[in-house]
Amino acid sequence: MPSDEKAQVMDARTLDRVLSRIAHEILEHSKGCPDLALIGIRTRGAYLAERLAKKIRGVESLALPVGVLDITLYRDDLSSVAHQPVVKPTQLPFDVQGKIIVLVDDVLFTGRTVRAAIDAILDFGRPRAIQLAVLVDRGHRELPIRADYVGKVVPTTQGEEVRVRLSETDGMDQVSIEDLKSK
Amino acid sequence: MAERFLLTGGRVIDPESGRDGEADLLIQGNRIIKVGNIRKTLVKSAQIVKAKGLLIAPGLVDMHTHLREPGREDEETIQSGSRAAARGGFTAVCCMPNTEPPLDDQAKIRLIYERGTPYARVFPIGAVSKGREGQELTEVGDLFRAGAVALSDDGSPVANAELMRRALEYTRLFGLPVVDHCEEPTLFADGVMNEGFVSTRLGLRGIPNASEEVLVSRDLHLAALTGGRLHLAHLSAGGSVSLLRNAKRQGLPVTGEVTPHHLTLTDEALLSFDTNAKVNPPLRAQGDLEALRAGLADDTIDVIATDHAPHSVVEKEAEFDLAPFGMVGLETALGLVLTELVHPGRLGLIPALRAMSLNPCRILKLPFGRLMEGGPADLVCIDLNKIWLVNPDQFASKSRNTPFTGRRLKGKAVHTLVDGFFALRDSRLDGS
Amino acid sequence: MSELVRPWQRKDLLGLEDLRVEEIRLILDTAETMKEILQRPIRKVPILRGKTVVNLFFEPSTRTSASFDLAAKRLSADTLNLSAKTSSVQKGETLLDTVKNLEAMKLDVLIIRSPSSGAPHFLAKRLAAGVINAGDGSHEHPTQGLLDLLTLRERFSNLAGIRVLIVGDVAHSRVARSGIWGLTKLGARVSVCGPPTLLPLEVERLGVQVYTDLDKALRETQVVYVLRLQMERQARNLIPSLREYAQLFGINRERLRRAKRDVIIMHPGPINRGVELDPDVADGPWSVILEQVTNGVAVRMAVLYLLCGGEAVSG
Repeated sequence: MPSDEKAQVMDARTLDRVLSRIAHEILEHSKGCPDLALIGIRTRGAYLAERLAKKIRGVESLALPVGVLDITLYRDDLSSVAHQPVVKPTQLPFDVQGKIIVLVDDVLFTGRTVRAAIDAILDFGRPRAIQLAVLVDRGHRELPIRADYVGKVVPTTQGEEVRVRLSETDGMDQVSIEDLKSK
Repeated sequence: MAERFLLTGGRVIDPESGRDGEADLLIQGNRIIKVGNIRKTLVKSAQIVKAKGLLIAPGLVDMHTHLREPGREDEETIQSGSRAAARGGFTAVCCMPNTEPPLDDQAKIRLIYERGTPYARVFPIGAVSKGREGQELTEVGDLFRAGAVALSDDGSPVANAELMRRALEYTRLFGLPVVDHCEEPTLFADGVMNEGFVSTRLGLRGIPNASEEVLVSRDLHLAALTGGRLHLAHLSAGGSVSLLRNAKRQGLPVTGEVTPHHLTLTDEALLSFDTNAKVNPPLRAQGDLEALRAGLADDTIDVIATDHAPHSVVEKEAEFDLAPFGMVGLETALGLVLTELVHPGRLGLIPALRAMSLNPCRILKLPFGRLMEGGPADLVCIDLNKIWLVNPDQFASKSRNTPFTGRRLKGKAVHTLVDGFFALRDSRLDGS
Repeated sequence: MSELVRPWQRKDLLGLEDLRVEEIRLILDTAETMKEILQRPIRKVPILRGKTVVNLFFEPSTRTSASFDLAAKRLSADTLNLSAKTSSVQKGETLLDTVKNLEAMKLDVLIIRSPSSGAPHFLAKRLAAGVINAGDGSHEHPTQGLLDLLTLRERFSNLAGIRVLIVGDVAHSRVARSGIWGLTKLGARVSVCGPPTLLPLEVERLGVQVYTDLDKALRETQVVYVLRLQMERQARNLIPSLREYAQLFGINRERLRRAKRDVIIMHPGPINRGVELDPDVADGPWSVILEQVTNGVAVRMAVLYLLCGGEAVSG
């Protein structure tokens, strides 16, 4: 698909620094609490969660449990969406009960994905708290959801898209604003 | 004076005499007065019907039709069936006795004649056995005198060999043919389609070729034993054709019949579970279809007959197992024969017409199926090249159960004259 | 964030004969993710909330209807279980009447089991709702075929070249037909064995090898799929007696000793113990029969999800 890159928001180095900052913020707010766990929302949120866990390990030699969440089966828009997403597995190799969960996603937009993720986590047990870390907040919330840790606030219009590319999936690290293609 | 019609410029064919050429026809009342080069100026007060580009042949005769009167007038009546016949180019049909109640006594035979209409001649076939129960012979003499043209228990076989033997013997008194629907009941069992690869794929219970071949073989032996006149209805299996061929070679006066759908479709028509293709005998495999075509071409098979079997939508629109067997055929027969056999050169035009007019009349000893001066004005005018699509909503029949919906056919009856009456004129039924 | 364009295009699941390999793989992959849900403390996801799934069973079957019912409930759908008697128009409510009543209920998915081959196709043509074939006559039983494939895939990961032997009444078995379609499409080598009266005409044209010698067949196979023998077969002279069938074709420990060491035993259930399968084999270490049952719910969840997700598309 031809892309209309309008502006680059982050290059690889910036992205890495932003993640480092978020990792420090998480540690600062948790005050060294041992019940922390990261859950990344598929697909790119999962890779970001892995990277955050690695950075946290580097800073404080703390091995945080990391899980991967597929929210397809909790979406509220299945009947109206033109694309039918393929369901991938959810893997939570720890008990969520009593934990402080930091949900990790790449872009925070309407908030519906996060709402679905919260519902999914609550079906696994009762965490002590759920926090949200996102790489980019692009505005236009449709639900009362806010992020606790934000990489960058990027104002956008409805006709635009924030495109996050990660080396694990796209071969490079970059965040850019693009025009939405009508499909 | 009776009405006069002058049909001009048509190609007149008479299979019996071999006539095939351009000629005019003068009809007065219900007779053909003259065939030949007729100067219009010499003929007074005749309505001119331009027949240039049309084929004029003896009216088609269907010796195997099911009219559902009495008993299932919702599916078809003698009138609606006759109108369907006219639309299909048939001037006469023979109706099978599996009505409710069956045509097994003289009163019921007479009933059919009483309910006749000008659209087509209807000749009843009487039952072989009382109630069509396959046990006791009907009062054949009574049936014959009331006007039955043949005997049959069609719908069912005459399963009891002894009864079939006696029927073949007894009918010799009257020269009536016995028409058998060849099906061995225990081999047929609860089958619903041909037994073969398609039935294996579909998981539907199959009816093997042997079910028909076993009874064909039996009947041929009985015909040889008794000297009776056997006619084998709606053959479907390749083996049946071989058996009939052999019997004819040995000089047995046996005749056989095939339907247009068995000459056109195989069991693959059932892959979509189309109940309109569920017939008895079933549509079989490609090899059987080819054997049937070959049998027609070498005169082993004498007659093309429709086995027109109307069924209500309610009954046909059901699970395949539960739907009744049968499809309508009067209004598609000619089109199918021309499109599938004559136009592609698989069967000559004159043999095709002979199989649909002269031969049934010879077998049933009916004075029709011929076109000649002084003869009855029973004619069909066919546009050999007319392209049309089968649309059951246009059928004159009360029923719609055909698997040929939407099929493109080439060749259609344009006028049908019955006893001098234009039952069908310019493709429209009289009175419609 | 969203992935591929509509991988699943069909309104209905009527059989495996017409499915492409990619479609079968999609269902199996989706079923695997569904299995994970069944391990959770709350074995439920909200994806089909508000959808209505109707089980219409014209043949009694506790296990299949319960499996579908459970699958639908696990996805938060509302379910309705109807058992009906099939009848012709003279005797009562026809299938067409039933269709009209169902339409009025505004259901989203209809699951039908019928003794008539082609009944699901009849309904699929006339209903806007998606139709799932839970077994039609002797024709197909696609979800059974799929759960069997999933079970085998868990054991062998790649089914190409795996030798599977189907033993028993193939002629009347919808499970066998669906199994043959699914297995051959995924590259397995399928063979069949049974008395000649119970093998359908031209069965080899389905792409299977036909064995008349069961012991030889057992030696050359890796999986034995045992079909249920129905009691009525005896009445119709297809087999002289159950006793003789058990002697000639029953799978028992003694017979298996002559097979390969690690042959796997499968059966669609319910088992006629002592007829086609001996209890000690059914319950023994070779048997994966219980895995089949577990996979049944997961496969049915996957099918319901795929049929319900997105706009209805005529298949």
